[in-house]
Amino acid sequence: MEDITPDTSRSPIYLTKITTRDLNVYYGEKQALFSVNLEIHENQVTSLIGPSGCGKSTFLRCLNRMNDVIDICRVEGKVTLDGEDIYRAAVDPVQLRARIGMVFQKPNPFPKSIYDNVAYGPKIHGLAASPAELDEIVTTSLERAGLFEEVKDRLDESGTSLSGGQQQRLCIARAIAVEPDVILMDEPCSALDPIATATIEELMEELRENYTIVIVTHSMQQAARVSQRTAFFHLGIVVEEGETAQIFTDPKDPRTRDYITGRFG
Amino acid sequence: MTDRLLPTDESAARHLAKRHAAERRFRSYGASAVGAALVVLVALLGSILWRGLPAFTSHEVRLEIHFDADLLDPRGSGDLEVLGRGDYGRLVKLALRAKFDQVTGRRERRALSALVSSGAAFELRERVLAEPGLVGTTRLFFLPLSDDADLFFKGGVDVSTREADRRLSDAQISWLRVLEAEGRIESRISRRFFISGDSREPELAGIRGALVGSLWTLLITLLLSFPTGVAAAIYMEEFAPKNRLTDFIEVNINNLAAVPSIVFGLLGLAVLLNFFGMPRSAPLVGGTVLALMTLPTVIITSRSAIRAVPPSVREAALGIGASSLQVVSHHVLPLALPGILTGTIIGMARALGETAPLLMIGMVAFIVDVPSGPTSPATVLPVQIFLWADAPERAFLAKTSAAILVLLAFLVAMNLVAVLLRNRFERRW
Repeated sequence: MEDITPDTSRSPIYLTKITTRDLNVYYGEKQALFSVNLEIHENQVTSLIGPSGCGKSTFLRCLNRMNDVIDICRVEGKVTLDGEDIYRAAVDPVQLRARIGMVFQKPNPFPKSIYDNVAYGPKIHGLAASPAELDEIVTTSLERAGLFEEVKDRLDESGTSLSGGQQQRLCIARAIAVEPDVILMDEPCSALDPIATATIEELMEELRENYTIVIVTHSMQQAARVSQRTAFFHLGIVVEEGETAQIFTDPKDPRTRDYITGRFG
Repeated sequence: MTDRLLPTDESAARHLAKRHAAERRFRSYGASAVGAALVVLVALLGSILWRGLPAFTSHEVRLEIHFDADLLDPRGSGDLEVLGRGDYGRLVKLALRAKFDQVTGRRERRALSALVSSGAAFELRERVLAEPGLVGTTRLFFLPLSDDADLFFKGGVDVSTREADRRLSDAQISWLRVLEAEGRIESRISRRFFISGDSREPELAGIRGALVGSLWTLLITLLLSFPTGVAAAIYMEEFAPKNRLTDFIEVNINNLAAVPSIVFGLLGLAVLLNFFGMPRSAPLVGGTVLALMTLPTVIITSRSAIRAVPPSVREAALGIGASSLQVVSHHVLPLALPGILTGTIIGMARALGETAPLLMIGMVAFIVDVPSGPTSPATVLPVQIFLWADAPERAFLAKTSAAILVLLAFLVAMNLVAVLLRNRFERRW
C-alpha cells in the first residue's frame, strides 16, 4: 500500500469515487465489518474477494444503503460519494440508489415485460419527459447492456422468459437506465454458465468507460480478468487491497497468498 | 445376470411382498376415503335437490273471475283508491262457489275457499290496479293454490290415512280431483319464490328478501374488511418494526381468528346496538359484525400472500431507488393480489354462511319486505333457512331445501368469481 501514487501508465488520472472511513457494521450484537477503509476509483472495476461470510456483500450493501432495510443492521463510520457523506440525515436513500445502481446475485427481473423492466426506474425517478424519450432511454440502456439485438423484437414479452444470462444483462440494463455513477454487482455471474459469464465480463469492460463498478466475486479468475483493483476481505476486515495485478502476483499478506493460491477459503 | 434384480432368498422375497402389500393397502385406504367423501357429498346434494326442486314450481288453478263492479267500485268512480279497498277475496270465493254450486254449508264453503291461497286476492288486486278496465268483465285467471292443495298435487298427501290425520278433508280432495279432471290445475315455474319476501303462507314465501339482505350484508362486510385487512397486512408485513408490540398484535390476530362467531354477535349487540344505537336487524350492523369476524382471516391470508412474494423482487425495486411504498404498490401488491383475493373470498364465503352472530343483533326477525338499503330491516339466507326449517307447515320443508340450493348457488358463484380473478391476476416469476 506504499504505492499511493496512481499508475499513470494505464490511465492518466484516477479520481476517487467512493471512500469509506472506519466503517463498522453490526448485525444486532454481532459485528460484521471492522473499521474498513477503502477507496473505490472512478471508471475502474474494483473486485471484492474473500471467503463466504467475510463481509464482502455487507460492505457492498453499505455503499447504496441497502442495509437500511434490515432492522437489526447498524452502520458506523463514514462513506463518501464524490466527497459527500451518504449517511448524512439529509440524504434520501431513494435518491442515493438512483446514483448507485445494483445488480444482484440471482437475476431478478420484475415479472413484467422487458420494456417495463428497463422503463421502471426512469419512470419512478421522472427521467423521461415523453414516451418517445422513455423509448430512447430503454433502447440505449438495452444497447449498453448488450441485449438490444437479442430482444428488440420482443420487448413486450415477460422479462422472466429470457435465459439466465439475458436476464442478468436485463438487470444491468435496468440499473443503468437511471443513469447511475456507480454499479454495484453482487456475484453477478454465480448463477450463470461460462458463456453467459464471459459476455457479462466483456460488458463490464465496456461499462467501465462510463461507470464505476464494484463487484463481489468468488471466482479468483474473474477478479483477475475484469478488475483493476482488488480488496481481500477476511473475517470482516480488509486484509489487503491494491492493484489487481499486484494482489495476484505479489500479495503482501500471507493470508492473501494462502487464499488466492487456494490453501483456504 | 438378470437374476440379480430378483430377490435372492425367501426372506427377501417375503419382505418385498410385504412392502408391496403395504403400498397397495395404503392406496386403497386413500381411494376409499375419497370415495366415501364423494358418496356422502352426492347423497347430500341429491337429497337437497330432490326435496328442494318441487319448491321451484307451484300448482295453480284456472278460474273464471268475474270482477263484479258492485263489489269493487259500487259508484263506478274508477278511483284507484276505491279499487284498492275492494274485497278481492270475495271474488275468489264467488268464483269457486260458482264452480261448485252444490256446496252450501258454511263450513263446507270455508273448506272450499281454503283450497286457494290467500295470496290470490292480492294478486287480483294488483292486476286490477294495473288495469282498472278489468272491472265489470269476466276473465280466466291462474290463481295459486294453498300450500296443502299444492302439496296434494306434488304427492305429499297420503290419501289412505284417516281423514282427521291429514290437513285436507275427503271433500277437499274430491273437489281438487274435479278441478284436475277439468284440466284446470297446472304446475308452473314459481316466479313468486324469487320475487317475494318471507311469508307465513308457504305458497307465498319467497327468497328475495333474504337474498337481497345477504347481498347488502356481504357488501358491507367486503367494504369494511377488504381494505382494512389488506392495509393491516401490508403494514404488519412491510413497515411495522419487529418488536414485542407487533408480536403481541400478531398473536392476538391469530387468536381472534379462532373466536366463536357468536362472540362477535354479542359484541355487535353490546357496542353497535346498545352503545352506538345503530338500527336493529339491519345489514349495516350485520355486515359490520361479519367484517369483524372475517378481518382476522383476511389479514392472515393476505400476510402469507405478501410473504410469498420473493424478496428478490423487493431488492430489485429498492436497488433502483423505489421507495418502500412504491415497492409495495408497484411490485409486492400486484404479485400478492391473487392470494389476497382468494383469502378474502374464503372469508366472505364464511360470512355468507354465518348465522349465530346475526341472531344476536336481531336479523332473525320475521321480515316480509325486501330490504331497500343497508339500514332497512333484513334477514339473510342462512337465517331464512333456519326460520323455514323451524316452521310447522309441511310445505316449508321444500322451501328450506330450495333456500339451501340458492345459498349454494350463491357460494359457487362467489368461488367462481374468485377463480376468475385469480387467473386474471396470476403472474409467474
